[in-house]
Amino acid sequence: MTTHVPQGADHLRSDDTGPERPVSQTDQSSPDAKFPGALVWADERVGAAKGLRFALKKVFPDHWSFLLGEIAMYSMIIALITGTFLTLWFVPSMGHVTYDGAYVPLKGVGMSEAYASTLDISFEVKGGLLIRQLHHWSALFFIVGIALHAARVFFTGAFRKPREINWVIGVVLSLLAAIEGFAGYSLPDDLLSGTGIRAMNGFMMSAPVIGTWMTFFVFGGEFPGESIIPRLYIAHVLLLPAIIVGLFVLHLALVVIHKHTQYPGPGRTNDNVVGFPIMPVYAAKAGGFFFVVFGITALVSALVQINGVWVYGPYDPTQVTAGSQPDFYMWFSDGALRLLPGWLEFTLFDTVWSFNIFLGSLVLLPLVWMVLGAYPFIEAWITGDKREHHILQRPRNAPTRTAIGLAAISMYLVLALACVNDILAIKLGLSINDLTILFRTLFFVLPVLVFFMAKRVCLSLQRHDRERVLHGNETGRIVRTPEGRFFESHEPLDEYERWALVDYETPTPTGLTQGPEVDRRGVARRRSPLSGLRDRLSSFFYTDTVSAVTPAELAAAHHHGEHDALEEASSPQLGVPVNDSIGDDDFSDPHGSAVHAPPRHH
Amino acid sequence: MSFLAARRRSPLALLVLILLGLAFTGTAYAALQPTASPGTSSASASADEIAEGRELFLGNCATCHGANGEGNGNDGPSLHGVGAASVDFQVATGRMPLPAPGVQAERNISQVKFSEEQIEALAAYVDSLAPGPDVPEEQWLDYAEGDVDNGGAVYRTNCAMCHNSSGTGGALTRGKYAPTLMGVDEQHIYEAMLTGPQSMPVFNDQNITPEEKRDVIAFLKSIEEGGNDHGGHTLGSFGPAGDALFAWTLGVLAFIAAAVWLGRKAA
Repeated sequence: MTTHVPQGADHLRSDDTGPERPVSQTDQSSPDAKFPGALVWADERVGAAKGLRFALKKVFPDHWSFLLGEIAMYSMIIALITGTFLTLWFVPSMGHVTYDGAYVPLKGVGMSEAYASTLDISFEVKGGLLIRQLHHWSALFFIVGIALHAARVFFTGAFRKPREINWVIGVVLSLLAAIEGFAGYSLPDDLLSGTGIRAMNGFMMSAPVIGTWMTFFVFGGEFPGESIIPRLYIAHVLLLPAIIVGLFVLHLALVVIHKHTQYPGPGRTNDNVVGFPIMPVYAAKAGGFFFVVFGITALVSALVQINGVWVYGPYDPTQVTAGSQPDFYMWFSDGALRLLPGWLEFTLFDTVWSFNIFLGSLVLLPLVWMVLGAYPFIEAWITGDKREHHILQRPRNAPTRTAIGLAAISMYLVLALACVNDILAIKLGLSINDLTILFRTLFFVLPVLVFFMAKRVCLSLQRHDRERVLHGNETGRIVRTPEGRFFESHEPLDEYERWALVDYETPTPTGLTQGPEVDRRGVARRRSPLSGLRDRLSSFFYTDTVSAVTPAELAAAHHHGEHDALEEASSPQLGVPVNDSIGDDDFSDPHGSAVHAPPRHH
Repeated sequence: MSFLAARRRSPLALLVLILLGLAFTGTAYAALQPTASPGTSSASASADEIAEGRELFLGNCATCHGANGEGNGNDGPSLHGVGAASVDFQVATGRMPLPAPGVQAERNISQVKFSEEQIEALAAYVDSLAPGPDVPEEQWLDYAEGDVDNGGAVYRTNCAMCHNSSGTGGALTRGKYAPTLMGVDEQHIYEAMLTGPQSMPVFNDQNITPEEKRDVIAFLKSIEEGGNDHGGHTLGSFGPAGDALFAWTLGVLAFIAAAVWLGRKAA
């Protein structure tokens, strides 16, 4: 299942990579065995050797973008460790106390025990403020890591069969991470977090018919009550972390079961994984990366204040501060509320229907994650692609998906920025009303613009790739022939480089693969009610695709050396499967017999 | 189209693109910049400086506020009854005379046009038209006597919703804003509370007593003197927006740089 390309110091370990090592056959309890006693002990009792061998032989491909998920993983671990520390001092209670701690500007002010204990952690517990800031920064970086990782998986098509379930698990994890974050920053019971809880209270109340009952159930009575902090606390420290860790383990287990995806490259096929085994290389890299992530987070936490709860003062429902925003991962929902027009709230049947809030919160929040989770299935249905994929796509080679993803991100960003419209207004000297109109317009216009721009950029990049494969890289050297003609000489790509540029397929819209509507005997093809829609979507998905250079085109480019011949051979044709036999042709052996004559540009 | 296509490699193309970019950015900015009618203003009362004050007033203020401070529609409000506190606040912070019509008069402490005596004379004249609140007595400005924690409580109830709990300011409608309170002279903070300039409500001595006003000043000065600066750089004290900006710029760059470095490192 695994292959190694000899690389770097690999030959030093060449004996590590044999398919079966004789040492595994030896009597491990004999005095000659080279295994540490503890391992032997463990193997004899729980059969650790088998599992260890499986785990240690796992091969991971090398690419920086595969480390983005690890940023999230390590940030989560940092948040777990620092969070445990915080529970030793935090008092999850809304019981009333008068503050008499070290922070002078709040001395004698009445507040909840939750807020007072957060102040104590910040000002009196040794290292408490640093740990608090580590906890909050790592929580932010956790979500940043998730977003980057999700973007990588999306834009490279790593969610395709067989990894759809793992994508869904990841989507659920990102939702839980956001809820966990919300529960966390709500706990200190300062003016800002209380305002956030008040917003949540309003979200729930906007639910038609059941809203009021739902809020009373969650808050144990009228807002704010005395139950919400203890309830959020148990969700934050027990319920959500348990589910997150459980799903995370499943997420990783599925990565192991599916094996890691890899970018196209020489020697990489749909049936292998090219990379380094866990021991020793990958363990060193991944372990080292943990410390890099921890180091950066610690540095940031030591130098940059985050959520200085003392700035806000204790929560009091009669107060609010300008610049109240949630943490960034909740911005899009808050931003939607700022953009939704007020006339969406109306009275009908003696009841107020707050659709101006309902749509931006209780509808939008689940909708975003549902669309995310459903995307792999929608795309698979549209493209009709039921094969397994272990080779990633470069984003440019899936232009429509890349454009859809970027359009969705632009939509999300518009909503998110609408949430900081007040900060943008004062920092840029703009009017908040104009910004609202601008964002309302951009919400509809920007995704369309971004879609077309992204798609055009992808297609141009694909054409550029074709150009490079067929003609080589521009050198900037102008050659003059004895007849007086000028041309720029091109340097041919080497085979390794070329591989990555041609190893992708250009699918055919489903409408073109199923034969005519009516066959020779006059029998109409059976069509499901949705197949017309599907065919249309499919051709939308694959319209304008630029196909990879085929060996024939390359040969034509090289052997004829004439540009007109080239143009003919290389013009991309829609709907012609050109690259099916990529594994069996000239490209397949980067080491072996050179098959292409170097391009002859005279 | 082919006319453009044929010239897209021209060295002038870059220049044209840059010019177009600059023109569009500038136009878009100009189009988005708020242009509402000017805001409001103020005045006060006193002695025989009134004559000098009247001269200054006719020379610098009467164009908008009228020869007798009776106001001139939307161009300048009536100054009858605004008081000396208001004149001192508006003129000594550089807001008046208004250099140009805008959404609201901006604090411009480096452009104060008059000396202290002249401001007093102006205030005396305006106050002589119809009396209003006077400039605060020294004892209410001595914020060392103030109670910081009570000031914080009063501030959070009355001021934080516009000026932000850390006094860094906030946005209002149509380009108006609550300015930052950092670096503002205690007398001007007091006068602003007393007279409610521009969009600000009036907090008279029944709403917030002079002692409480002094407490609020003490609270703001404690922030100004670094009372909130624990745990590192405050990123402008704008709340989660600053954190997000940091996380998505420097933070994310550091992580990706580390990942790229590690991903490239040959084993």
